[in-house]
Amino acid sequence: MKYLHLIWAALFRRKTRTILTLLSIIMAFLLFGLLDAVRVSFAEAGQSANGAERLQTGAKLSFIQPLPKSLQQQIAAVPGVKDVAHANWFGGAYQDPHNQIFTFAVSDNYLDVYPEVEVDANDRKAFDATADGVLVGDILMKKYKWKIGDRLPLQSQIFPNKEGSKNWSFQIVGTMKSKDNKAFQSQMIVLHWKTFDETTPYNRGAVGWYVSRVSDVNQSDRVAKAIDALSANSDHETKTQTEQAATKNWIKQMADIGLIVTSIMGAVFFTLVLLTGNTMMQAVRERTNELAVLKTIGFSSRKVLGMVLAESVMLLLLGGLVGLALVSIIGAALPAMSGGMINGAHVGAKSWGLGIALAVAIGFVVGAVPALRAMRLNIVDALAGR
Amino acid sequence: MANLVEIRNVSKVYERGKQKVEVLHHIELDIAKGDFLALMGPSGSGKTTLLNLIGGLDSPTDGSISVGGERIDRLGEGALAKWRSEHVGFIFQFYNLLPMLSAQKNVELPLLLTNLSAAQRKNNASIALQLVGLAERASHKPTELSGGQQQRVAIARAIVSDPDLLVCDEPTGDLDRQSAEDVLGLLQTLNRQHGKTIIMVTHDPKAAEYASHTLHLDKGTLVEQAQHA
Ligand SMILES: Nc1ncnc2c1ncn2[C@@H]1O[C@H](COP(=O)(O)OP(=O)(O)OP(=O)(O)O)[C@@H](O)[C@H]1O
Ligand SMILES: [Mg+2]
Repeated sequence: MKYLHLIWAALFRRKTRTILTLLSIIMAFLLFGLLDAVRVSFAEAGQSANGAERLQTGAKLSFIQPLPKSLQQQIAAVPGVKDVAHANWFGGAYQDPHNQIFTFAVSDNYLDVYPEVEVDANDRKAFDATADGVLVGDILMKKYKWKIGDRLPLQSQIFPNKEGSKNWSFQIVGTMKSKDNKAFQSQMIVLHWKTFDETTPYNRGAVGWYVSRVSDVNQSDRVAKAIDALSANSDHETKTQTEQAATKNWIKQMADIGLIVTSIMGAVFFTLVLLTGNTMMQAVRERTNELAVLKTIGFSSRKVLGMVLAESVMLLLLGGLVGLALVSIIGAALPAMSGGMINGAHVGAKSWGLGIALAVAIGFVVGAVPALRAMRLNIVDALAGR
Repeated sequence: MANLVEIRNVSKVYERGKQKVEVLHHIELDIAKGDFLALMGPSGSGKTTLLNLIGGLDSPTDGSISVGGERIDRLGEGALAKWRSEHVGFIFQFYNLLPMLSAQKNVELPLLLTNLSAAQRKNNASIALQLVGLAERASHKPTELSGGQQQRVAIARAIVSDPDLLVCDEPTGDLDRQSAEDVLGLLQTLNRQHGKTIIMVTHDPKAAEYASHTLHLDKGTLVEQAQHA
């Protein structure tokens, strides 16, 4: 690219104007990056409408009242139910009774109904094979500096073990995590329901609540009614609802956000095209004489066209890359600044790709007219100032 | 001596809207290899037009122009550009250097169109700058140079790819007497020592004296020929 210095020099021939133009390009791409991050995170939230596929079934009267284990097979037989897991409240405290940690005693297939929870295959195997094994959310692991293989003493509020003591001991066999720590499992502990049930004399086969997955989100309501019908008029009537009843709205909201983001970006980039188009046009117009000199020396019309186009693409790429880099920096700083409240606007490879493609495309659009003008420039007329 | 330039029955017509203006009428002209020709004549007589035709910047409406045996009036835009880059050096009244490039980079410009490596380009440009006596100004931008110095940089740029022909349109028109003499002396050296064929348009009879002979153009017709020593 031996013409690079020529293109670069042309670009910064009017430093102030180029820098101002660059600033507006940077701002546009900064906005693009942030809005795209918003759009992506909404899209992801919609995808974790895993929650919409899940139904929670608890006792109708009180959350505390247990349900019979036999209900599992009945629920599994309801048409539209893909999988049924169950859990019990264990109520663990670590070291100090005030140090409450969400601890559930769960069925073996519990993790299968939470596909967004990531458990290493080896950890899962170890958990399945270890009766007193527990899986711990990675946030907790970090918080208490636990390691896999550690013995974990937990105090239950309610349930004594075989010895009649509420002090239980487990073995940490693996960690649970989720992308962006969105799943609550990254802040809790699960142990085997079977171990729990066999160890404490108090439970006797009871289940706290069921979690089932439906094969079709649109059938959730029907399936929920069918599940509740199983226990109608029994001593353990149930109430079933989607894990996030509001989740359905996500899909609609997501579409709205996508539309808003697209409209804003459309307006921003339209303005950007006009602005940089004007800058490039001006830049070429005031360089008429120089372009004519290049042609005189023997630069072909096509070369001149290419150079002006390259200049325009470079301008947009420069601003675009800086803008996207700024989004990354701001995105990385956000979680720290907000104390973890905001998860940060990370610019994914896809957003980078889209941003760069946009910059190049706008560069071509904006450069096209000035480049054609430069290509058609008549040497003799230009040199004579006509 | 063999002719470098042969112009046969060349006419040039410009169309301004519906109006046609014939600027050159049936020009016949031979320029020998190694000649230093001054072209004089009143303003608007067609000097620049003729020079542009010889330099391959424009094409004649009628007639033929051959330079170094090549019928340049038959070349298309792209071929003509390539031909110019290989065979002609241009020197203008207002130097026409690129303002954002250093003298060195300005001189290297024509070499970008060759296959030379960056190091060779740099080297050749340095030699050309030495030849015009501006080696120590290589890193200066045009605005940091006097008019005479700028014109000498322009001459370095014109000769850096070693063309056979130099066309100069009023090269001293914007210079004081001393600078003009430097530039003219330089052109004369290029003509005599390096065998460059030079065609120079000028309004200044003193400048014309540096040439080996002078042609006069009047209303698009060559009128008279005067010999110098
Ligand atoms: N592209 C053009 N379109 C229309 N008319 C033109 C064009 N180029 C030149 N002319 C006309 O042709 C005539 C000769 O122009 P030219 O520039 O060759 O004159 P010149 O001898 O170089 O004059 P000067 O000494 O002022 O530079 C002028 O009348 C000019 O107006
Ligand atoms: Mg003229």
